Amino acid sequence: MTERFAAGTRVRTSPTDPTHHTRVPRYTRGATGTIVESQGLHPLPDDRSRGLPCEPLPVYTVRFAARDLFDEGDHAVTVDIWQTHLTPVDDEGATPHER
Amino acid sequence: MSGDHHGTNSHLAAQVRHVETLLEERGLLDASELDRALEAFLARASPANGARVVARAWLDDGFRSRLLDDANAALAEVDLSMGGGLQEQRLKVVENTAEAHNVIVCTLCSCYPIALLGPSPTWYKSEAYRSRVVREPRAVLSEFGFDLDPATEITVWDASAESRYMVLPRRPEGTEGLDEQSLAAMVTRNGLIGVAPV
Repeated sequence: MTERFAAGTRVRTSPTDPTHHTRVPRYTRGATGTIVESQGLHPLPDDRSRGLPCEPLPVYTVRFAARDLFDEGDHAVTVDIWQTHLTPVDDEGATPHER
Repeated sequence: MSGDHHGTNSHLAAQVRHVETLLEERGLLDASELDRALEAFLARASPANGARVVARAWLDDGFRSRLLDDANAALAEVDLSMGGGLQEQRLKVVENTAEAHNVIVCTLCSCYPIALLGPSPTWYKSEAYRSRVVREPRAVLSEFGFDLDPATEITVWDASAESRYMVLPRRPEGTEGLDEQSLAAMVTRNGLIGVAPV
């Protein structure tokens, strides 16, 4: 899979709560943030932990405003997230198919 | 959170021991090979490494830029690496300034740049630190006795994938003229995590 997102792109994380291991920390699920930079390609632990085939996939540093994660706070949190768990959104936070 | 450090991973530990036993029985692994590899890695892993990198960055602006741009390449200049004898990990160094402060955490388990900081402190692995520092970093820093200027912006770096993070603290005032060794001696492990000024 190739890298889809450039720095500055607004993205939303996957909102799902799977029964298996996932590298989307719970506090970031469904939140909107901004791509900071690419970290290259890495196998997805969500698949690897289940013994599924896993090609290396793009991983990004994503920056969130604390208020978008916790409804409070004036700081930022960056989280490292695989591309497969990210959807691009526009400036209002809508995904393209919702428009 | 997926990991804890209170003994409920004993099932996993038993599985690992079982695999080790099978590898040894089949002659694929010498009984002491893993111990030797771990001991060799830990003998080189120390916060003195991180402190030396910071002191060099304070003294050499070119090295500082390269460190912030591509930390793995910069480490090679000072004979350090994120390899530890295993797969090399990506390192990202984040710089503190008067306006911006950085703190590192791993909310999912306890990822940590062991090669540069040595084994992690117990509190770093505690659920309290991992859950609270992302939500209320200013309060957590204050409990470490570190009261940051309210105007300074905080970024918390959650190492949730394959990168490891280290903080480049601000150089203390009044340290002009000090050499690399003297500067390195001022840098603490907590400063490299971001819960102390230096």
